[in-house]
Amino acid sequence: MSHAADHHGGSPFIQHHFDDAGHQFQTGKLGIWLFLVTEILFFSGLFVAYILYRAQHPEIFEYAHRYLDKFWGAVNTAVLICSSLTAAWAVRAAQKNQKRLLTFCLGFTVLAAFGFLGIKAHEYHHKWEHGTLWGCRFVPDEDPHGKALKPVLPAPGCAAEGFTAPKPVPGKVYDGELPPPNTGMFFSVYFGMTGLHGIHVLIGSFIFIWLFLRSRRGDFEPDYYGPVDYAALYWHLVDMIWIYLFPMLYLIH
Amino acid sequence: MYMGNEAPTQKSFRDVKKGIKSWLVTLDHKRIGMMYLTGILASLILGGSFALLLRFELFEPGGQFLTKQQYNELFTLHGAVMIFLVIVPGIPAALGNFVLPMQLGAPDVAFPRLNLISFYLWIIGAILMLITLFAGAVDTGWTFYTPYSLQTSTAVVPAVLAVFILGFSSIFTGLNFMVTIHKFKPQGMGWFKMPLNLWALYATGLIQVLATPVLGITVLLLFVERVIHIGIFDPTIGGDPVLFQHFFWFYSHPAVYIMILPAMGVVSELISVHARKHIFGYRFIAYSSLSLALLSFLVWGHHLFVSGQSRLATMVFSALTFTVAIPSAIKVFNWTATLYKGSIRLNAPMLYGLSFILLFTIGGLTGLFLGTLSIDVHLHDTYFVVSHFHYVMMGSTLVAFLGGIHHWWPKMSGRWYPRRTARACAVGVFFGFNQTFLPQFVLGSRGMPRRYWDYDPQFTLLHQLSTIGAVILGISLFITVCYLLWSWFKGKPASSNPWGASTLEWAQPSPPPLYNFEEPVDEIPELYDYDDLEYDEATQNWVRNPPVKA
Amino acid sequence: MLSSLTSLLQLAPQAAAKAAAAAKGVKVPTPDALTHHGTFWMPEQANSFAHETDWMFYGILGLSAFCFFGITFAVVYFTWKYRARPGNMKAQPSILHNDGLEVTWTLIPSIIVVIIFVLGWRGYVNMATPPKNALEIKVIAQKWDWFFEYKVGPSASFTDTELHVPIDRPVRLTMTSKDVIHSFYVPAFRIKQDVVPARYTHLWFKAIRAGEYRLTCAEYCGEGHSTMKNKVVVEPPGGYELYLESKQEELDTMPPIELGKKTYQLCKPCHSTNGIRGNGPSFQGIWGTQVEMSDGSKVLVDENYIRESLMDPTAKIVKGFAPIMPTFKGTLRDKQIDGMIAFIKSLAK
Repeated sequence: MSHAADHHGGSPFIQHHFDDAGHQFQTGKLGIWLFLVTEILFFSGLFVAYILYRAQHPEIFEYAHRYLDKFWGAVNTAVLICSSLTAAWAVRAAQKNQKRLLTFCLGFTVLAAFGFLGIKAHEYHHKWEHGTLWGCRFVPDEDPHGKALKPVLPAPGCAAEGFTAPKPVPGKVYDGELPPPNTGMFFSVYFGMTGLHGIHVLIGSFIFIWLFLRSRRGDFEPDYYGPVDYAALYWHLVDMIWIYLFPMLYLIH
Repeated sequence: MYMGNEAPTQKSFRDVKKGIKSWLVTLDHKRIGMMYLTGILASLILGGSFALLLRFELFEPGGQFLTKQQYNELFTLHGAVMIFLVIVPGIPAALGNFVLPMQLGAPDVAFPRLNLISFYLWIIGAILMLITLFAGAVDTGWTFYTPYSLQTSTAVVPAVLAVFILGFSSIFTGLNFMVTIHKFKPQGMGWFKMPLNLWALYATGLIQVLATPVLGITVLLLFVERVIHIGIFDPTIGGDPVLFQHFFWFYSHPAVYIMILPAMGVVSELISVHARKHIFGYRFIAYSSLSLALLSFLVWGHHLFVSGQSRLATMVFSALTFTVAIPSAIKVFNWTATLYKGSIRLNAPMLYGLSFILLFTIGGLTGLFLGTLSIDVHLHDTYFVVSHFHYVMMGSTLVAFLGGIHHWWPKMSGRWYPRRTARACAVGVFFGFNQTFLPQFVLGSRGMPRRYWDYDPQFTLLHQLSTIGAVILGISLFITVCYLLWSWFKGKPASSNPWGASTLEWAQPSPPPLYNFEEPVDEIPELYDYDDLEYDEATQNWVRNPPVKA
Repeated sequence: MLSSLTSLLQLAPQAAAKAAAAAKGVKVPTPDALTHHGTFWMPEQANSFAHETDWMFYGILGLSAFCFFGITFAVVYFTWKYRARPGNMKAQPSILHNDGLEVTWTLIPSIIVVIIFVLGWRGYVNMATPPKNALEIKVIAQKWDWFFEYKVGPSASFTDTELHVPIDRPVRLTMTSKDVIHSFYVPAFRIKQDVVPARYTHLWFKAIRAGEYRLTCAEYCGEGHSTMKNKVVVEPPGGYELYLESKQEELDTMPPIELGKKTYQLCKPCHSTNGIRGNGPSFQGIWGTQVEMSDGSKVLVDENYIRESLMDPTAKIVKGFAPIMPTFKGTLRDKQIDGMIAFIKSLAK
């Protein structure tokens, strides 16, 4: 049997070691599900850290979560859910050989991913400006209600590690509610979880750009749309992780 | 279908498409397996050299030729290289890649491109380890415990980056193998007609996929801590250093089963083939592989008995730790029973297989001491632990790896190694290993802590005995690697089934062609049944009588 | 080599061992370090529950020996009896599996390990439950030494680098670390517990033999891990009270320079007195000089500077050194600080 020419009479993307297109698709499906299991376990470490620290220091989470902007968090949630819809729709379009719809859905998913990242960048920038960062960098200039706080390093060990706080302004009134000790730990968990999630969104956006380009080339057909299916599954998981993160970080009192 | 004695119709995978470039971009599972084997054996020599330096330094109390800092860096790198570059990838990457598709009668693994990516991830991880070595080394121990790993000025960043990348290599290999077994089993080979080697690789894949991501997040957090001080494990800002230990061991305990399960799979093949007898208790061995995979996730806390964790957790983990001893014991009994009424050939693979049974028994029994709470308080972090894990990781896993290499070498290379030298080295490894590590049990029970550059003079003799053993062991291993390299190029040609085994890989020429099993296999030989095989003196080959349908 | 061989067999008189060590130019350590007392496997039993640990150990050892020699015998015997030779080139027909056998060799080991678990757990519960009237001593670990804080009055305590305990009285240690994780391990007592920063861990023991016993750190903690060795001195009856009195007397009556010289042992790992730079600057000749700090400012080395360096070491860092000095707040008494000042004053160039 010659290997160079044989494409099982269908898509040129069916690899020769598979019996047929169906075999390749089902094998890939099992592969992506196993990969998604690894992603769940990858995030689980941070979820465990969140649960433990929250249980041991509820006062930190109660105080600090009010710094987060629920509005933008909710917008991001809506953006991701819509993009999951278009990703699923893309799979359907591929199955039904609706090539233009497929390309449109993939493109929209990419735009939504960048929208999410843009909003996240805005949130991160705000925190950078106001000193609500992780660990020793937690030097907030105001409390969650906007009242001014005197800039001070959060723990005695921080100076030894080389961190500095800005000098207080003489004469300014600092009447904000003081944070509990080690409040920076909330932002360690926040940036850890949303940062890792954001990296996955970024990687997802590159994957969907690649799929978008391939779909414009006409690569996908009812006999071969595995990559679209698998990427959509990945995207649904990324979305689902955010659906946990949003209430855990932004909403729970 | 290949009958066994006729000349192969195609060029072997070695000879078709020559040149290094064709190897580096190959998608062939056999070529990838051989490249892994080369890298892994090279890493074994590197990690072993570190060990010899440590043992020479420990010949006498006080400093001999290493400073404290150098010693600490050497034991860290010895552990990191051996665990992440040699033993974890070890049997699955170097032997499994070659043998798994062939034992299934499959043309390749499910995802050949992912397989090549796995290999390059291993290479990148190895390069990062070398960079670490030259960028100031790392002195935290391979376990990277916080807060020390947050504070040391050594090159922790490239080291944990290497571990992170090597983790993905391992995950992708395990994923690939699991999917291949699910989707490429031939008609006529149900789950319980599969060679036990494949059960073992499947159970290993399960652990690789489920446990390794947790190592990933652990070292990623350590990396982020070193670079931007995120602080989750830093006690000075409210982090918990013991949480690091829980995260780390949640992977690293199942990891030792990633190491031992493939070894057990190989041993099942070795004992059966070289005693020419059906394995005893097939189903129990298969089930025990799965139960080990499951139970391995429940015992990580036994590394934390004296860490300050709660008494309740300590009690639960001790109880669960004892359960994990039972499936291993079942296997040892079944292998021993396989020898009964067999026809035992004492060739190199069998010598390694028998060594495994004895050394693994010691390794497993000494685990009982450590699982017992009142005794572990005394033995934890002493040389008793060092000896225990060397018995299971080296005396068992590495020995099985060597046995597997010697068993499948004629198939993989199409050549013979010098057989008498191989048997001598197998004996050298067995005696050198025991000489090195038996004294260390006594060192531990007498109170010698581990990771010590200097020690009280009362321990001197035991250390000297151990170092002598290390030299014997090192020489035997070095000679082995040398003759394997020589044999690849200059060894006598080997026949397709020199051992008279019954699994499908032996139904291909030695070495196999690039495309194995292009046509699906229509008759699968009875598993572990040696009755129909006859030795043909002229071709030094075992052939089927009556012959299999063409 | 010969002296270590005889020590292995516990025959060497300590004098011979000491002489051998002295001949090598090695400073003669405490008796416990040179020779091994105890059995082939274990150190001597100096703690009330050491014999329980040992009993479990020997029990499992016996069981292991039985299992190992059993398996070895079976493997060796079968390998010999069923070796391939003319007349045995094929395996003889035999059963491929036997469920009864499998169940038996699953159940029996299971029962045995349950028994071992229960016995081990009971021993552990005893180890983890200190008696109510235990003497409390605080332990502070830092790279790379042990400090022990003894209460001598309602608000008075002092720190020493040796652990002295009374014989036949339960002692409970409350332990914390100032930097990284260490582990408190006394082999002769069969006790061990990790010592963790930012929290307290505990252990207890009741010494039953007077003498000196090796204390080691059993959790890797950096360069000096293997030198973080010390001793536990179990005082004979009345000895502990005498020890406390002598320490108080030291504080009260010892001339400041001598007291400072003793206290200097805590500083020695990082600060030399001979001009050689270590992790910290040498003390030689610094008194009364101006030293440049990391921020460029210059500071006079006087009483205030030394006191501040001990209490708040990261407030001013000498240029060219890392901010790694731990604080001695709460560890040193005022008299000890005065002693350090006098001692440093005395170190002319």
